[in-house]
Amino acid sequence: MDTPHHIQGSVSDDHAHGPASGFQRWLLTTNHKDIGSMYLWFSFTMFLVGGMMAMLIRAELFQPGQQLVHPELFNQMTTMHGLIMVFGAVMPAFVGLANWMIPLMVGAPDMALPRMNNWSFWLLPVAFFILISTLFMEGSAPNFGWTFYAPLSTSYGPPSTDFFILAVHIMGISSIMGAINVIATILNMRAPGMTLMKMPIFCWTWLITAFLLIAVMPVLAGAVTMVLADRHLGTSFFNAAGGGDPVLFQHVFWFFGHPEVYIMILPSFGIVSQILPTFTRKPLFGYASMVYATSSIALLSFIVWAHHMFTTGMPLEAELFFMYATMLIAVPTGVKVFNWTATMFKGSLSFETPMLFTLAFIFLFTLGGFSGLMLAITPADFQYHDTYFVVAHFHYVLVPGAVFSVLAAAYYWLPKWTGHMYSETLGKLHFWLSVIAVNVTFFPMHFLGLAGMPRRIPDYALQFADFNQIATVGAFFFGSAQLIFLYNVIRTVKGGQPASAKVWENPEGLEWTVPSPAPYHTHTTPPRID
Amino acid sequence: MLQTISQQQRLKKHVCIMVMVAMAMFGFGFALIPLYNAFCKVTGLNGKTENEIAMPVTHIDTSRFLNLELLASINENIQFEFYAQKEKFMAHPGEYIDTAFWVRNLTDKPVVIQAIPSVAPGLAAKHVKKVVCFCFQRQDLGPNQVMKMPLRFTVASELPKKYNTVTLSYTLFDVTHT
Repeated sequence: MDTPHHIQGSVSDDHAHGPASGFQRWLLTTNHKDIGSMYLWFSFTMFLVGGMMAMLIRAELFQPGQQLVHPELFNQMTTMHGLIMVFGAVMPAFVGLANWMIPLMVGAPDMALPRMNNWSFWLLPVAFFILISTLFMEGSAPNFGWTFYAPLSTSYGPPSTDFFILAVHIMGISSIMGAINVIATILNMRAPGMTLMKMPIFCWTWLITAFLLIAVMPVLAGAVTMVLADRHLGTSFFNAAGGGDPVLFQHVFWFFGHPEVYIMILPSFGIVSQILPTFTRKPLFGYASMVYATSSIALLSFIVWAHHMFTTGMPLEAELFFMYATMLIAVPTGVKVFNWTATMFKGSLSFETPMLFTLAFIFLFTLGGFSGLMLAITPADFQYHDTYFVVAHFHYVLVPGAVFSVLAAAYYWLPKWTGHMYSETLGKLHFWLSVIAVNVTFFPMHFLGLAGMPRRIPDYALQFADFNQIATVGAFFFGSAQLIFLYNVIRTVKGGQPASAKVWENPEGLEWTVPSPAPYHTHTTPPRID
Repeated sequence: MLQTISQQQRLKKHVCIMVMVAMAMFGFGFALIPLYNAFCKVTGLNGKTENEIAMPVTHIDTSRFLNLELLASINENIQFEFYAQKEKFMAHPGEYIDTAFWVRNLTDKPVVIQAIPSVAPGLAAKHVKKVVCFCFQRQDLGPNQVMKMPLRFTVASELPKKYNTVTLSYTLFDVTHT
């Protein structure tokens, strides 16, 4: 009985069962690792689908004038690209990481509500099947931008808007169930001795994200329900003729929308804070302040929504309030960036692929944060509003921000998931191509925006041609680089150099106490933390 | 998964609370509508005027003049002509102004229209006092009919001195089918 499995106390014993065979394993599974993997694969698929739409958008914008697509299709592409990337790629990627890592990190055998977990995953393919099917329907797919402002989505929305509304409802339910599961797991399933303040920082950031999700996803559901009612039930929530107010839509939407942007970045903060100590060989600087900073960002996210609407004609006092409240967010965010810098200070750094993506995240996310600060200045925002400067800003925080953190996480934990080391050469190639291409793509957009190029247009004035061509070239390089990642992951799943339980030199956390690949059942006897 | 009954009860409690919070937030999304409306009414933020006859204003502030602008706009692609009789003029705060808007139905069908008022700057809206306004109710227009729609209003002298110009804008909607 001297098998390695019996040496590890936390691994399952004889009466544990492995996964079922065939497709039923995936359809009926309640195992957090299976569900986590499905979320991650789903998210990557959506990343490629949304990415192809981005390629079409960039190809059209390669030259001024109409090149490839009609303006109508262009509008559908920007709308679907936004929706798919936000709700289909970034959010499910984080939920997938939460499913895989939170039970391993807190010493739990599974998520607290495993059956609901299965349901919340399988709702997603349904929602996105409905959403993407609108592209093949008669008439137009949703074409009003991912923000679906009234009256574009009410009076002027194409018939497929109703399918969009149904899809948003379903993905909202999925997100809420996922969030409930995360909170229930973290609050109830921690190993004995693991107090909240001893919990890995990724779990903390996800706990806070989950609270945000429960608070604002229902508001989004309410907003789409009101749009549906305005379209078909004769109500006038957002219709001025009936006594409603289209600006009200923006208030309701951004009450959801601003916390939503933090939903897409707080887990990234957790990932980065998790990876950095491993490759600096130092503990995370200022753990407690990280927790408080994350909570402050989450709380502040509820009182800044109107900075998306500075040009709607608010009174000066309101503009000042939202401007200062927005700038206040730079304080806790600054705390985090300085903590990461302090973690690296005098550390013994090594530059494996996850670390490279993490460093790029810290630098480029901060850059995106700075352009956010510029946008927060009300008078400046009057100039920048609805220009490519905004596009540059949110792509900087979402692509080298959220997406890079997910890629860093994938490289960091891939050996734990698959039991094999990924190819470091391909990883580095992927990183360098991505980091150069992402800047070639999005940096010129700052200049385009400052020069006055509006966003969401299929054609533009001649003087914007040069920077648009540079951006398009960058975008195609960036898109292609992600295929290297796909190849590297498939290669690692299939085989490769076996990974040890610890994988890295001296990583912190319970996930490194189980063998690699992590067995189907882990932590069946809870580990003890002192 | 969870070993003891008390642990399971704790989990159940947590899930119940979270489901209730989610449902409450769904309701809160709808509650935002009356909340915003009440907030805007109290603060006078969004430039909406009272949709009823205002109490008469007696004090005329002859010490200053206001620039008054009347804007007429048409929503959507409806076949109307719509314009203000006088677009730009000056008046003392508190002085009553009698003016009108003209509308012409360019179609062969009877229509029902509704004008929606809006005042800029928003915070000046509560000082705009209307006695007669075509925006108070829907208007019926016969085929190709031309109609003069009267407006009698004043801007109360309590209007803060920092405002020199007040714009009254009316947007016309076709409400025949609603």
